Amino acid sequence: MSGFSALVARDIRLAFRAGGEAFTLVVFFVMIAVVAPFAIGPDKVLLARLAPGLVWIAALLSMLLGLDRLFRADAEDGSLLLLRHAGLPLEAVVAAKLIAHWLVTALPLIVATPLLAVLLSMDPAMWGATVLSLACGTPALVAFGAIGAAVTVGLPRGGVLAAVLIAPLSIPVVIFGVGAIAGQQAGSALLLLLALSLVTCAVSPFAAALALRTGEE
Amino acid sequence: MSLDSTAKKPNWFSRLAHPGEFLRWSGPWILPLSLLTALLFAIGLWLAFFVSPGETENVGTTLRIIYMHVPNAWLSQFVYGVMAVAALGTLVWRHPLADVANKAAAPLGAAFTALALFTGALWGRPTWGTFWEWDGRMTSTLVLLLIYLGIIALWRAFDDQLRAGRIAAIVTLVGAVNIPIVKFSVDWWQTLHQGSSVLVTGGPRMAPTILWSLAVMMLAFTLLFLVLHIVSIRTEILRRRATSLARQAAMGADA
Repeated sequence: MSGFSALVARDIRLAFRAGGEAFTLVVFFVMIAVVAPFAIGPDKVLLARLAPGLVWIAALLSMLLGLDRLFRADAEDGSLLLLRHAGLPLEAVVAAKLIAHWLVTALPLIVATPLLAVLLSMDPAMWGATVLSLACGTPALVAFGAIGAAVTVGLPRGGVLAAVLIAPLSIPVVIFGVGAIAGQQAGSALLLLLALSLVTCAVSPFAAALALRTGEE
Repeated sequence: MSLDSTAKKPNWFSRLAHPGEFLRWSGPWILPLSLLTALLFAIGLWLAFFVSPGETENVGTTLRIIYMHVPNAWLSQFVYGVMAVAALGTLVWRHPLADVANKAAAPLGAAFTALALFTGALWGRPTWGTFWEWDGRMTSTLVLLLIYLGIIALWRAFDDQLRAGRIAAIVTLVGAVNIPIVKFSVDWWQTLHQGSSVLVTGGPRMAPTILWSLAVMMLAFTLLFLVLHIVSIRTEILRRRATSLARQAAMGADA
């Protein structure tokens, strides 16, 4: 097993053994869909119209909430320092952690979307589009989030600040994400979303690694 | 603090880099630059109110809002450009004043952006019938304001200003992707905000008197930024000095 895949496996194991935060995030994600009908009113037609936006807001908030666990625990117990001096370049370490983070925070949200589809009275076609759009868009959220998490890892309570820094950058993801579900040009919105994810995932490990290095000095 | 007078005269780059040197040479510039700014504002406002035609056929006297709106909108992007260059200075050349320049520019940029949005809303109400519309340029300018606020919050969150400088530099460069979006938003999404009308092929699409008044106002606002930036860089240098002196005094009291 290479160092890269060992790191991915380690992060996934840690996420499921320590604290069960991945599960809590899914509960939070579903909770937003439970609260929204109380705020908006249980009008099924209206809910179905708002559903794409609500799903994406719920996903964005859950991802922002989960950001802090990306580097913080490793920075606090010193394993990040060890990883910096290990054979794997820090950029690859960040990429491995990104993959693991996506698997434990974004993938469960996608798995939970059937629940949201029922709660927000989406039809099956819209649910399919939602799954596709979340699958294509959440990597970009994770990639932006990694930069925010890396930048604030040195701060005692950086979680809120990371969310404030990352939320404006995530706006294009939400625009194209919702567009891919319900827009008039859903196909091209999906392609743009995918492009956004690919570009940010390619750039983010370098930016985040740079931030981790300079933050430690 | 006196430099050895026999030492070789430092070149312009290190004169810009050394905080003490910067304090020394920038001091005498503040008053003349402020006077020049005031003079340009006087000329620009006079042109805007008395020379430029207020009553064009479709927008009436609200036209005069653009003499505040366009310079602020220009500065909202220009200041970010300055901050991005300063961020490169921090990360690439480890320039000791670059992070100070970044920190000093962030609140100024936020203020200019907020003013651009505010004057834009004042313009939008009588001309378009709404204070706010989710149009491409307005939205991207609002995002720019949020990025400024995030960078300010980041600066305030760190105790160690040296680390804060590098981290803020990285965030500034990541946030810079928004600048081309603001710039080209009017060409990509032609919704409500008018398109480019000055630097277009076939010459500017406005009367020469309006163009001249606008040019003077933009120059005046840019100089205003320059003066405020220099003053707040000086303030920041002095603040850091005061902090380190206070720290030294506290350590002395311990011993």
